[in-house]
Amino acid sequence: MTTPVLSVRDLVVEFPTRRGTLTAVDRISFDIAPGEVLGVVGESGAGKSMTGAAVIGLLEPPGRIAGGEILLKGERIDNLPLEAMRKVRGKRVGMVFQDPLTSLNPLYRVGEQLIETIQTHTTLTTAQARARAIDLLTEVGIPAPDKRIDAYPHQFSGGMRQRVVLALALCAEPELVIADEPTTALDVSVQAQIISLLKNLCKQHNTAVMLITHDMGVIAETADRVAVMYAGRIAEIGPVQDVIKRAKHPYTQGLMGSIPSLDATSDRLVQIPGSMPRLTAIPKGCAFNPRCPAVFARCREERPDPIPVGASQVACWLHSSDQEKAA
Amino acid sequence: MSEPLVTVRNLSRTFDVSKPWLNRVLEREERRLLRAVQDVSFTIGKRETFALVGESGSGKSTVANMVVGLLEPSAGSVLIDGVDMASTKDPAKLKAVRSKIQMIFQSPFASLNPRWRVDRIIAEPIRAFGLMSDSREIAEEVGRLLRTVGLDPADGTKFPHEFSGGQRQRVAIARALASRPEFIVCDEPTSALDVSVQAQILNLMRDLQDQYGLTYLFISHNLAVVRHMATRIGVMYLGRLVEVAPGRQLFAAPRHPYTRMLLDAVPDLDMTGRARKPVLGEIPNPITPPAGCPFNPRCPLANGRCRTEVPASVTDALGTVACHAVTEGRLAA
Amino acid sequence: MTMTTETPPVVPATPPRVTLRVRLAKAWDSDLAWSFRHSPVAIVATAMTVLLLTASLCAGWIAPQNAFDPAAINLLDAYTKPGDIGMGSNTVFWLGTDNQGRDLFSAILYGSRVSLFVGFLSVAFSVVMGVGLGLISGYVGGRTDAFIMRVADIQLSFPAILIALLFFGVARGVIPPSHHEQMAIWVLIVAIGLSNWAQYARTVRGSTMVERNKEYVQAARVMGRPALFIMARHVLPNVTGPVLVIATINLALAIIEEATLSFLGVGVPATQPSLGTLIRFGQQYLFSGEWWILFFPALALVLLALSINLLGDWLRDALNPRLR
Repeated sequence: MTTPVLSVRDLVVEFPTRRGTLTAVDRISFDIAPGEVLGVVGESGAGKSMTGAAVIGLLEPPGRIAGGEILLKGERIDNLPLEAMRKVRGKRVGMVFQDPLTSLNPLYRVGEQLIETIQTHTTLTTAQARARAIDLLTEVGIPAPDKRIDAYPHQFSGGMRQRVVLALALCAEPELVIADEPTTALDVSVQAQIISLLKNLCKQHNTAVMLITHDMGVIAETADRVAVMYAGRIAEIGPVQDVIKRAKHPYTQGLMGSIPSLDATSDRLVQIPGSMPRLTAIPKGCAFNPRCPAVFARCREERPDPIPVGASQVACWLHSSDQEKAA
Repeated sequence: MSEPLVTVRNLSRTFDVSKPWLNRVLEREERRLLRAVQDVSFTIGKRETFALVGESGSGKSTVANMVVGLLEPSAGSVLIDGVDMASTKDPAKLKAVRSKIQMIFQSPFASLNPRWRVDRIIAEPIRAFGLMSDSREIAEEVGRLLRTVGLDPADGTKFPHEFSGGQRQRVAIARALASRPEFIVCDEPTSALDVSVQAQILNLMRDLQDQYGLTYLFISHNLAVVRHMATRIGVMYLGRLVEVAPGRQLFAAPRHPYTRMLLDAVPDLDMTGRARKPVLGEIPNPITPPAGCPFNPRCPLANGRCRTEVPASVTDALGTVACHAVTEGRLAA
Repeated sequence: MTMTTETPPVVPATPPRVTLRVRLAKAWDSDLAWSFRHSPVAIVATAMTVLLLTASLCAGWIAPQNAFDPAAINLLDAYTKPGDIGMGSNTVFWLGTDNQGRDLFSAILYGSRVSLFVGFLSVAFSVVMGVGLGLISGYVGGRTDAFIMRVADIQLSFPAILIALLFFGVARGVIPPSHHEQMAIWVLIVAIGLSNWAQYARTVRGSTMVERNKEYVQAARVMGRPALFIMARHVLPNVTGPVLVIATINLALAIIEEATLSFLGVGVPATQPSLGTLIRFGQQYLFSGEWWILFFPALALVLLALSINLLGDWLRDALNPRLR
């Protein structure tokens, strides 16, 4: 079994505030194999962006990693000093953010930003770096790259800008790319282009991808495996076909039922009553228990750890093999 | 068939986005005009939900703003129950029409005044149209409205920031219902909400429509949501209405090449593994649109005529389409 | 859904009324109050300001002498050193007396009252004028906006003192000489107020332009609310945040501006000396040995301006959402 590119073990992210410590991510664990696309799906407040920020070391203070380990190809990166982390970031882990408008510095030409990143992480000369930048721009589908390399970000459209951001993320040949809502700010037709570009590029370079999004459709198209997050915990994680078509956690089932689809025939969307708990009021036991249609006594007392069911893992007492579940 | 509630005829809106006069004189630049909406016509019947779909730059929000009276049309007219708000001078008539229309906005954060308490926000239409004057009566009505949208009447004393996004949107819906309107314009009401919250809000809106006999103009970029909500759908591209058809019809047999492209681009949640045609190009700059049919640079069926002549809207039994390929019979089934 | 056997709680039909106690409790618990309670600078500055304010308001009761009444002053007391007994009235003058025998402690109390009066009222004038014009400018836009902003720009290119002097000169020419004395203080207030409105207008205009495009304003327009209502009831409560901070800092500036004008001789009349007038008197005697006539009024002015400034600084940081 090959070493996974990314291995997260019992990660805890906390925010000390004057009203007490808030736990944004509460003991989650997952692996990403080389070349694999893992989708991290959840609604707002589920902690998925926090997880991405924690992995790449860009948590906004006072947020901090309060427990657990993050291993990149077997080496720990969560406890590295700032300088060492800076070398990892960009070279071994790339990042694509949501808003292409603010991801690129509007004052610098696109070429300058690309060349700067390339030269920070490799030993190429400026001329070589420029040639590499032009190659990258061709790869991401920018027409006339030798001319466009000298353009400013505002001279590109939204979709083109996101392609440049992809090029920036991939320019140092990282082992892992974290994409945080890469298509949310784009039109539907452009979204489709960017998703397929991301997928193809990562297959070609054998880069693993951690795709964070709230859009299940994007996951269905792009991911190999998916982790569903709820209130800072992983509810279900498994192959994308299994999770989407044969969801085992009641939350995932509710989520899939509430998504309107083009081929739907029913009149009403499935509605999960209530809303995700705020970080200050996470229920005891399983975080989903107040809203769960199949809740029983144990759910309110003990938090379920992920239980293997087939090729997935589900954090739900319904799948426990104990006799106690009937209580 | 009774008179439609809303009639939009040849609606157009142009924005002048030229640089200031002095700059233009010094730099010898032309005036720049943004034709946001061009020659849009449709009708909405009572108790119907008409959806306007399009991507950014399509002009759908501009159409919504003109229907509601926030923007004046540059050309064309909007008739609500037979009254044209832009040309009516009689304040009483204007007020009567206004009380029948309400609007729900996209952002649950910006659509409620952060300094007002929720009960005051919901009561505003009642006070604005003078429907009730006794403060006890108004308070009772506000409580009733809060319960109708699934909130607790005791929540009336809270401020908007004390609610979640979905709850704020419910408050916005309660406000929209307060003046007992007949027609509600919904501008992307669930785009800023999580999927499970969206489901709650969409279900609520449908229930309210059945309960109160409401008519909706529903603006969205999300085709799946529109499929769920709308009886008839209009597709807009770069300011023009390219196709109008009943909901089921549009999804089963789309005719305009842009509609087909749009449907193809929607991510395949059911993972049927359907073959996808690659999507070409991006939306052009609305200030410098292409000549002829606005879609021609990206259209797989574009011919010489498409590049020079704007297609006219043709209405038949299946709906309305503005496409040369359709009228010329070049469209593959 | 799981069934429960409890009866559902009785829900009141109408929203409950919000009492003052509830409001105060909420305010005490807010971020702003917490920040105040944990900032020693804010507490000291507020304490000092409140102390000076109360002292000057109660001048009539705590001052040993009515500094504005010529009959209460004894010329023989003149030039008494601080802590010494005056020759004429045989009482201890803790801060000494000035050249006319006025007890400096009383003079400072009465003088602070004049300074604070002029300060508060001129700031109120600036705020009303500046916020009003800023709201109109930001909401209406177009030519009105351009006009108001050009006037503000032109005014901002002059020092405030010059504008006040200009207004003063004009007023002097217009008002008949018999009324100069009693009108002086009002002319002063308007002069200082007029010289400071532009910064409020600028800030409020920017915030108004942001708020104007927000959906809650559009919702009000859809309902047919008139523009004036929207400006006053919807937009205004949302743009006053920075105004409070500017006003607090401006208060200190207005007091100093008044002191400067009085120092130059065009402020309050000499019979109702403010802190600035006292400083003017004292300046002549600085090098002849009677340092206390300048020192104590100047110290009072500095303390007043400093504590108000510190309060304004803390308020600006506390209200800045990014620093929280």
